[in-house]
Amino acid sequence: MAMPDSDDTVRSSASATPFSPFRHRHLLGISQLDPFEIVDLLDRAETMVPISRQPKKILPTLSGKTQINLFFENSTRTLASFEIAGKRLGALVSNMSVKTSSVAKGETLIDTAATLNAMQPDVIVVRHGSSGAVELLSQKVGCSVINAGDGSHEHPTQALLDALTIRRHKGRLNGLTVAICGDIANSRVARSNLLLLGAMQARTRVVAPRSLLPAGIEQIATEVHTDMRKGLEGADVVMMLRLQRERVAETMTPSVREYFRFFGLDEEKLSHAKPDALVMHPGPMNRGVEIDPSVADGPQSVITEQVEMGVAVRMAVLDALVANKANA
Amino acid sequence: MMSGKLIVQNARIADPASGRDAPGALLVENGRIEAISDNPAEPAPGVATIIDAKGMLLAPGLVDMRVFIGEPGYEYRETLKSAGNAAAAGGVTTFVGMPDTDPVLDDHALVEFIARRAKTESNVNVLPAAALTKGLKGGELTEFGLLKESGAVCLTDGKKSIQSSAVLRAAFTYAASFGMPVVHHIVDYGLRGQGVMNEGLFATTLGLKGIPREAETVPLARDLQLAALTGVQYHAAQISTGASAALVATARNDVAHISAGASINNLALNELDIGSYRSFFKLSPPLRAEDDRLALAAALKNGTLDTIHSGHDPQDSEGKRQPFADAKNGAIGLETLLAAALRLVHDGSVPLLTVLKAMTSRPAEILGLECGRIEKRAPADFILVDLDYPWTYEESAIRSRSKNTPFEGARFTGKVMKTFVAGQQVFSHD
Repeated sequence: MAMPDSDDTVRSSASATPFSPFRHRHLLGISQLDPFEIVDLLDRAETMVPISRQPKKILPTLSGKTQINLFFENSTRTLASFEIAGKRLGALVSNMSVKTSSVAKGETLIDTAATLNAMQPDVIVVRHGSSGAVELLSQKVGCSVINAGDGSHEHPTQALLDALTIRRHKGRLNGLTVAICGDIANSRVARSNLLLLGAMQARTRVVAPRSLLPAGIEQIATEVHTDMRKGLEGADVVMMLRLQRERVAETMTPSVREYFRFFGLDEEKLSHAKPDALVMHPGPMNRGVEIDPSVADGPQSVITEQVEMGVAVRMAVLDALVANKANA
Repeated sequence: MMSGKLIVQNARIADPASGRDAPGALLVENGRIEAISDNPAEPAPGVATIIDAKGMLLAPGLVDMRVFIGEPGYEYRETLKSAGNAAAAGGVTTFVGMPDTDPVLDDHALVEFIARRAKTESNVNVLPAAALTKGLKGGELTEFGLLKESGAVCLTDGKKSIQSSAVLRAAFTYAASFGMPVVHHIVDYGLRGQGVMNEGLFATTLGLKGIPREAETVPLARDLQLAALTGVQYHAAQISTGASAALVATARNDVAHISAGASINNLALNELDIGSYRSFFKLSPPLRAEDDRLALAAALKNGTLDTIHSGHDPQDSEGKRQPFADAKNGAIGLETLLAAALRLVHDGSVPLLTVLKAMTSRPAEILGLECGRIEKRAPADFILVDLDYPWTYEESAIRSRSKNTPFEGARFTGKVMKTFVAGQQVFSHD
């Protein structure tokens, strides 16, 4: 795949250039996007940033459309982000949280899909605990589907918002060295970011103990490190992942204190990255587990900006799939 | 044609047990093979039924060592009758029914009931396997002697794997006293963990938890050592990795009474067939890498791999139309066993007689059955196969009550045209 010219990877946020129709019906993963489509979505998101900063935060391209946020896993921030994004575009947004026992999970999924489909939504945003579940659901409905996280598979809007945040600070993605640190094995955020950054020709490093690295990772990331200082050496961006406390035992991580000592991001470890390296985290953070509060809230942190960019990216994706689609 | 004599003329008679592969004619009388003639046009005065095979392959009916029926307890998935019809269409004239039913076949009265019921319900031979431990719980042993008397052909915990080495040693030791073959599905549950497919790059890409090859090789190494220690006739139910084949080959240098089988799925498919979370390819053992598939084919060719089975495991759509990790394991396979195995012949990796042997005389030998061969006085269980017949397996044509086939829409070369059990035609492709 040819790369877009680097000059094209940044488009002025003031640009009113109309975008050509988006050719996908769903956004199920970064893996379905080519580099041009990634840049296209980032450019669309860039134009959405000022909407959320103006007093009247509305761009009613989804007026009259119905958006359902269907969350099978607990989520506060992602759900709120998609809800606000939809509402700023003028959509009628309905949130559904489905608590399921693990046994009846799939049955509920397909039954729920059929039920919701009958309500004629224009887009369904889905989060589910099983990898591939969102794609399965997309096969059962007649509207667009956005993956808001499926198991350990993908979380495409997170990778897009991370990329947008990086691009706004660094002006580019290609050639940057990005270290992704923590529970890579169980992380959909890591997978989507590795796919996106790889497609955009950034240098990706994963940094974790071997027990948190999945098989074959050396064929996905540019470099694999088990020593965090070496992994951060000269990095432009340091992305921390959440270590879920309930997974500490499951992944044979002996203890939180040992994890923080060797893989938690503190000022000393961060000093091995470039002085202007960005510190990122998809949230919610475990301060004192994977990240030291002084770093999380320090001058290099762009963690709250990631949240802001999340709304812009989700507005852009909703707009591209629903309002600006090829076969409207 | 039910009674009296039958002759099949103008056939290519292949008998893996004797190594015969030559034109000839087959004379059947009273359900048994009466004569094998090298003259394809052997005259047959007084023979009521004359079948012209038109040069098709005549081979022993297949013997499938691993079939899950669903009766009793899960009749909505499969019954003895529907499994029998699927088997007949696939050229399987004898299959071993697994004890994973509800109730579990761990009692001699149940085994006797199923053995008897199969005779009236199924048009092919159904031989029950009995549970090795009560309730398939991996603890208390069943009554091996009584189970053998009631018709069980082997002992197995079916889909379950016994984790305790002490229980296995006791079971192997006791089974050896009764001369009962023990068939064991090998999985280390701890190493498998929450894994749902082969561990590796593809699982990582899909975000699915992997099952390492060592979840099979570690318990296999233990089993092989315990088999050597106890003298049991041991059959590793299904191996899926090249490393497992190597372990079996090494162990057999010292111990003759061990054998190993593999599912046709592990010989015909690999992990990439899962594609985009296709749950019909969720199996146990999981589909492995292409290197493993090739290693299994090589093991079949050199005799390390003894048997090929369908692993026929009907699952309803509720169990399969789920996100991959939540879906049930298993695939049907009676109807496609031979056709899928012929892929190994057509692509040149394994000779025809070797492939047939693993599905006829070798499993029969392991289980002490007289079927699975074309020889005088053997049961007249045989199939006529058009080796070059091109066909596509369509869902609408599936005879099994469940439709969970990994071969839906698959193109095959070679098909069973007629199936005979005890000299009676039970299937004909028209």
